[in-house]
Amino acid sequence: MSTATPPPVRRLPLTGAEAQVIEPAEQPTVVMPAGSAAPGVGAPNFVSAPRRRIDSSPLSVDRMHVDQLSIAYGSKLAVKEVSLPIRQGEVLALIGPSGCGKTTLLRSLNRLTELTKTASMKGRITLDGEDIATLEPTALRRRVTMVFQQPNPFPMSVFDNVAYVLREQASRRPRKAALQGAVRSALERAGLYDEVAGDLAHPALRLSGGQQQRLCIARALAADPEVLLLDEPCSALDPQSTQVIEQLIVALREQVAVVIVTHNLQQAYRIADRVAFMYLGELVEFGPAEQVFGSPREARTKEYVSGGFG
Amino acid sequence: MSAVAPPAPSAAPPSPPRRSARDSSASWRWTDRLGLAFAWLLGLTFLAVTAGIVLYMMVQGIRFVRPELFVTHPAAGVTEGESGGFLDPLLGTVIVALMAMAIAFPLGLSIGVWLSEFGRPSWLARVTESTIEMLAGSPSIVFALFGTLIFEQGALAFLSRTNDGVVYGRSFFAAAAMLSLIALPLIVANVREGLQAIPGHVREASYAVGKTRIATTRRVLLPAARPSVVTGAMLGVGRIIGDTAIIVILLGATLRFTEAGDVPLLGTLKGTGSTLTTFVYANAPTGEINQPEKAFAAGFVLLSMVLALNFAVDIAARRGRRWR
Repeated sequence: MSTATPPPVRRLPLTGAEAQVIEPAEQPTVVMPAGSAAPGVGAPNFVSAPRRRIDSSPLSVDRMHVDQLSIAYGSKLAVKEVSLPIRQGEVLALIGPSGCGKTTLLRSLNRLTELTKTASMKGRITLDGEDIATLEPTALRRRVTMVFQQPNPFPMSVFDNVAYVLREQASRRPRKAALQGAVRSALERAGLYDEVAGDLAHPALRLSGGQQQRLCIARALAADPEVLLLDEPCSALDPQSTQVIEQLIVALREQVAVVIVTHNLQQAYRIADRVAFMYLGELVEFGPAEQVFGSPREARTKEYVSGGFG
Repeated sequence: MSAVAPPAPSAAPPSPPRRSARDSSASWRWTDRLGLAFAWLLGLTFLAVTAGIVLYMMVQGIRFVRPELFVTHPAAGVTEGESGGFLDPLLGTVIVALMAMAIAFPLGLSIGVWLSEFGRPSWLARVTESTIEMLAGSPSIVFALFGTLIFEQGALAFLSRTNDGVVYGRSFFAAAAMLSLIALPLIVANVREGLQAIPGHVREASYAVGKTRIATTRRVLLPAARPSVVTGAMLGVGRIIGDTAIIVILLGATLRFTEAGDVPLLGTLKGTGSTLTTFVYANAPTGEINQPEKAFAAGFVLLSMVLALNFAVDIAARRGRRWR
């Protein structure tokens, strides 16, 4: 591939009311949980708190399927026979106590687990029906990009951070002029453009923490991915930056399938459409956020979401 | 650390006690205080000795260094007036530094990157590591002797002078090749250290947008490690220009450049010469030329070069911002 054209991406038509309703800059839509998901007995007190979004998107569509996935580091099983769908139009939150395998599951979705020498995997993950094991890792990782816990912009300018993703491997081509539009659109989608527009040559490592993390999101979006993985993206940030990024994530779910790992249950409740609760490598409960938080089916889920352990 | 505070009625949290080292050491055991005093004494002594050397060399140097020394060829002579300047040794220092770094820098950079980022197969990485450590620990005179063995081989005759079929084995090529070995460990160590200081998630962030290991190294890791790379290179240059043994044995330590052959530049590089270190060595009171004023002047220039390099290393190391 000599140009930086990203691989063709199957896009959903953006129609329906939600497509217009959600803007990152807009005031978060505050809706109380619907009666159908009324807080059950013993539900955590934040279940009556406002959420950032209306309801499950009517436009959601399956993008990835995890099928009987097990991952082991050496002989230690980190993920045990997990199956779940990942849908565009929804934010999927993976919750659970430390060491429960949520980050491993997340990293397996773009085969980053393969970088760990001892990791071995069983089961199947498909992206739009294709087994990801059959794809080139580099091609897969352009379609399924990731944002990490620590903001980690590359030691170059804001512009080059985004352009790096658009350029072919280590090449410096295409030149700056040809990438202006794409870089700008990625920064806009990450809600950062207005803050950095004046000086795109600014060193990325001199931005504030929240800006750095949004730059990392812009970078992850620049490849025009189909799935966006977020590994505790707000844990190193202050509440204000967290709020900005949460709004951003909710707005992004129309364009990409979003999977977020979080330790912050309130955050999962605020932004997720679906929640997967993992415990000791197993998927204990998977369902709509209102249900998992409001009336969990499993005793372990109930205990965890109400702060019993973890 | 902080003592248990009585339940104070005020809502203000107790501020952590801030104490300087001196305040806290008053409560130490006497053995610890003695140790501290001893550490201070040693530190100050070391500082005084270093400052003494530098200041003495500077003062002596400034007394004897004159602009014309920089542009005058050295000459054989019994008085300070007759013995010329140190143009040839100064140029010699610059030439060996450039040539040795031309070998050592690319090699050291590649080895450092390979050790840090690839390192497979692991037995080869281990062997490489111990080889580099061995190079770092070997005295340069050993390299010099080994160099004569190599460069006196007939196959390498084109790199030095040949008289009646006997390969002389002394030239800028020979000296630079061996000098590169003493700079190599410093470059490898610094490149490696710089790369390994980069958090793993930065690499993964690059892989996670579909970049290969090579592209990541080239565009993200090496630019991030640039201060360390520069530091390694400068420390390497410092070692090279400070070495004497290899110059004496493999460069001939002739006062002036002695060309071998008629080709202008190649002839010089194939021929012999000297550097500031061997010039100081020869001009020192115990040396064969014994012109101490010249030795001090050349020593001053050499010391200034090394200090300037160290200063540059400091600046290079301070540049660049890190991830948390």
